[in-house]
Amino acid sequence: MAHHSYEEAKKLVYKGLILLAIITLIEVIVSLFGKGHLGWHEAFYLTWVRYIVGFVIIVLSLYKAYYIVFEFMHMGSETKSLSRTVLLPMLLLIWAIIAFMYEGNYWNNSRSYILEQNMETSERVVPDLPQEGPKEETHHMEESH
Amino acid sequence: MATDTTISEKMNDTAEMKADWSGGKPPMKASYGKLMMWYFLLSDAFTFSGFLIAYGALRMSVPTWPVPDFVFQSFPGGFTGMPLIFVTVMSFVLIVSSVTMVRAVQEGKRENKRGVVFWLLMTAIGGIAFLSCQAYEWNTLIAHENMTVFENPFGSHTVDGVYINDDGSEGETFRAGDSYLVHKTHGDWHFRKFRITSGENAGEMAYETLGPQAFGALFYCITGFHGFHVFSGVVFLIIIAVNAASGLYVKRRNGYEMVEKIGLYWHFVDLVWVFVFLVFYLL
Repeated sequence: MAHHSYEEAKKLVYKGLILLAIITLIEVIVSLFGKGHLGWHEAFYLTWVRYIVGFVIIVLSLYKAYYIVFEFMHMGSETKSLSRTVLLPMLLLIWAIIAFMYEGNYWNNSRSYILEQNMETSERVVPDLPQEGPKEETHHMEESH
Repeated sequence: MATDTTISEKMNDTAEMKADWSGGKPPMKASYGKLMMWYFLLSDAFTFSGFLIAYGALRMSVPTWPVPDFVFQSFPGGFTGMPLIFVTVMSFVLIVSSVTMVRAVQEGKRENKRGVVFWLLMTAIGGIAFLSCQAYEWNTLIAHENMTVFENPFGSHTVDGVYINDDGSEGETFRAGDSYLVHKTHGDWHFRKFRITSGENAGEMAYETLGPQAFGALFYCITGFHGFHVFSGVVFLIIIAVNAASGLYVKRRNGYEMVEKIGLYWHFVDLVWVFVFLVFYLL
């Protein structure tokens, strides 16, 4: 900030406003497209569309976050030691996100496994079918995506 | 010779760094107050990350999740079927209030009292506008769509099917992944009946069920916590605007640094909204 004159700094701020507004608008349009609202209705049911759209939106959001921290909060003009002590701990979150998403997926598999087990036991309990052998069912636990 | 210079440069750097930490002046060239604001924001960022990661993990842990475009599609004035439009407006409100905050900090650097007060009040108005939007959103969900912390009427189908009307005729069809809202009539949930047309159970009859229970609790907790940040931000903005107007900061040695500190906090609130917006509404 210090190396810009007041007029320049003022201009930069309104440029930032327009930039953030446009990025937000692009995000919303991409998201709506991925949900099948903008013409291509089939997009909502396609997993690969969801992945691409999700990736684009996450990258744009991270850019917005970078812009707010470095332009609006002036992280760039702080000393290196200060910006490192604030930003480096955030890297821990990368592992937190990976680990918890993996864990959530595991819970999902456990839930569907228990559901299947319960259905099988309740079917075995039916008194009319004692002579039938144990049901041989393949477990479709892993979802294709 | 070349190595000698690099070594001596390195030693100079180390000497400078040592001088920075030798006492008598702030080693990170930031005042105590600003430094602590940064670390408070870091810890707050971890709190919000914890919430949003919990949302992600719980979302992954169930086979279906309400589609945000279906949940958030109302607009003031009784409009519906406008997915994400209203939350986009909310995002714009917060971005604009962030920009007015930057203007307040700039005026503070020039020691322009009137400018500081004006832009701080603009920012506070932006915050209040955002909170009003959130109040509308919550009111729609609580009063009209009956979502509570414990019950979530927004569900998604896991199979294709066709609705069966009360008189036994077939109604509209739907596909796996499509969302529905269970309505309440006279205090009771009204689950619609449908015939499954895909998968192992094709041909069987089934009823709608309530959606993933965690959705309501996560939504109210996380957006509520963010809204509480906005609310306390507005209170602080007004206090600092009053202080600035009374000429308190003119007398201070560090001038309008309070404005910079509340500015950091306010930008952080906007920053968190970027991720709440991403996780709740866009993905």
